[in-house]
Amino acid sequence: MNEEAAAVSPSQETQLRIYRTLVELRETGQKAHDLFLQNLVKGTVHLSLGMEGIAAGCAAAMKPGDLTFCTYRGHAHTLARGTSIEKVLGELMGRDNGLLRGKGGSMHLTSVEHGVMGSYAIIGAHLPIACGAAWRAQYKGASDISVCFFGDGTTNIGAFHEALNFAVVWKLPVVFVCENNLYMEYTPIADVTAVAQPAADRACAYGLDRILGDGQDADAVYRIAKTAFDKARSGGGPSLLEFQTYRFSGHSRADPAKYRPAGELDYWRDSRDPVKIYRKRLLDLGVGENVLAYIDSETQRIVDDAAEKGKAAPFTSTDILMTDVYADGGSAWRN
Amino acid sequence: MAELTYRDAVARGLAQEMSRDSDVVLIGEDIAKAGGVFKATVGLYDQFGPLRVRDTPISEQALLGAAMGAAMTGLKPVAEIMFSDFLAVCFDYFANEIPKSRYMTNGQVKVPLVVRTGNGGGSRFGAQHSQSVENWCMMIPGLKVVAPSTPYDVIGLMAAAIRDPDPVIFFEHKSLYATKGEVPDGEIVDQLGVAKVVRPGKDATILALALMVPRAIAAADRLQAEYGINCEVIDVRSLLPLDTKTMLSSISRTSRLFTVEENPRLCGWGAELVSIAVEECFYDLDGPPVRITTPHIPLPSAAVLEDLAIPSVERIVETVRKSMAA
Ligand SMILES: Cc1ncc(C[n+]2csc(CCOP(=O)(O)OP(=O)(O)O)c2C)c(N)n1
Ligand SMILES: [Mg+2]
Repeated sequence: MNEEAAAVSPSQETQLRIYRTLVELRETGQKAHDLFLQNLVKGTVHLSLGMEGIAAGCAAAMKPGDLTFCTYRGHAHTLARGTSIEKVLGELMGRDNGLLRGKGGSMHLTSVEHGVMGSYAIIGAHLPIACGAAWRAQYKGASDISVCFFGDGTTNIGAFHEALNFAVVWKLPVVFVCENNLYMEYTPIADVTAVAQPAADRACAYGLDRILGDGQDADAVYRIAKTAFDKARSGGGPSLLEFQTYRFSGHSRADPAKYRPAGELDYWRDSRDPVKIYRKRLLDLGVGENVLAYIDSETQRIVDDAAEKGKAAPFTSTDILMTDVYADGGSAWRN
Repeated sequence: MAELTYRDAVARGLAQEMSRDSDVVLIGEDIAKAGGVFKATVGLYDQFGPLRVRDTPISEQALLGAAMGAAMTGLKPVAEIMFSDFLAVCFDYFANEIPKSRYMTNGQVKVPLVVRTGNGGGSRFGAQHSQSVENWCMMIPGLKVVAPSTPYDVIGLMAAAIRDPDPVIFFEHKSLYATKGEVPDGEIVDQLGVAKVVRPGKDATILALALMVPRAIAAADRLQAEYGINCEVIDVRSLLPLDTKTMLSSISRTSRLFTVEENPRLCGWGAELVSIAVEECFYDLDGPPVRITTPHIPLPSAAVLEDLAIPSVERIVETVRKSMAA
């Protein structure tokens, strides 16, 4: 590894942190899936099973105070910044211990104290919003950056293009991260996109570098992300990153994902699983099996415990139906 | 005391707030060096500099989205959407993003911003640059919506809007930009959610907004002079929050209600007020509430057509007279 790459590579301490995050995201995602099947989670859930490498790698490269903006597929990014698993699962179950006390639900996880500035369910809407947060940092001379995650399909909506041009023209400390999981909902991204790499191949239209990485390798994600984050933080302006990845489950819980060609899922799950890849890497680097096994079992315990607490928690209080529409805490629109 | 145009009042209101709070920043298309297409931000770039008065690309989504992101994280942006018709291309931001965030996040996210926009007809611009779209905003929980009719109110409501912790859509009427009014010296700060009785009367209540206010006043003067009908005119000013107290107490007193609305007929603000009045002071009414509105059509460009479409002084006089005589 050359000096430049070494400067942005994770230390072993960071690698252990990344591994722990990967396992937390995997176990929590799996638990959300199970709770849905038990009919304890209503509505919809968009899981990131198989895509955890991007969330874990990026979060490890962020600093406290940096801001995360994510989509309805936002559980992994929200958790990766340190948001409580118990509160996230409570939110999915509509319980009083939920992160938003049931007012937001699966698609709107937000934890401002952890820098998670929201999960947005209108495709593309949060890219301009992330620009605005970055503009505030620029205006106030603050050192935080804004990191905005979205899917491949999102590159085809107008707000994506408006935000990129805007961020470049204003030279904002924002980093756009495209998680290319090959599908926009049920349609292969290639069927509806003019270029092969939906984000990377468009970077040149905004005078940005073409940056494409392996989303299944959390270290590669970390290195690419860290480089872009450092650049944004030091006044170098925005970057657009694209990571190749794959979701192991359907688009949402309603989707059996029958549209996938035979063997595709098996390939990704068997040989491109970001958790397995990372675990093997750490073992190869000499980390003890017992250390990893401890993280595995400890995380499993925390997630199980969080789910049980959620199940035991009361449903959210109906007292809050009319609160927090306006800053006075209520919803009055007339006198 | 000085005489000021409505257009200059916008700049003065903004300058007043920018002087007291460095978190107040302006963005929009052509608002900086050019001073805005309606010249409502003239002088602000020179006074406050390029970091606080900033031009954007023609990207209404990026513009409103950025205003939201900045507001969520500590600035108090005032974003200009040049013509209110263009709100349609960034509808998501004021329909789904800006107003819902506080609620959806259980109060974690706050969006204190102001969106200023040139609203309304009378300028012969045709259907895509002339509509009154305040009802697009009034129907959305989480927003506040104001539409001043005088230079004095422009300054005071601008200050109130900027100081308000909630998102406010601020409708400036294009056909009022050149009108003048007396404005006292010194700081002016008004209150959102307060309607104003601008002409007291006892026979009927006329509710009006923005450009319709001076027309309603002129109509009331003629109704008095020519027919002896003494109308009370109320400038609604704020659609959200809505000062139903002031309006209902007037309606109960006069026993008649007329609304004068520039918006196309269906779902105009007057429909909501009529429904409230009917529910809450039905037995005080001596006749049916009557809405005087633009017909349910896109606005035409030609002067003779546009003038026919938007409620005129004559139409208000005739409608009130006939209805009161019936
Ligand atoms: C404006 C808008 N259009 C359509 C949808 C419905 N929708 C939800 S997710 C989705 C696919 C998004 O694909 P992508 O950006 O690749 O993200 P992924 O779900 O794969 O993470 C669509 C079409 C929406 N939420 N918002
Ligand atoms: Mg996708």
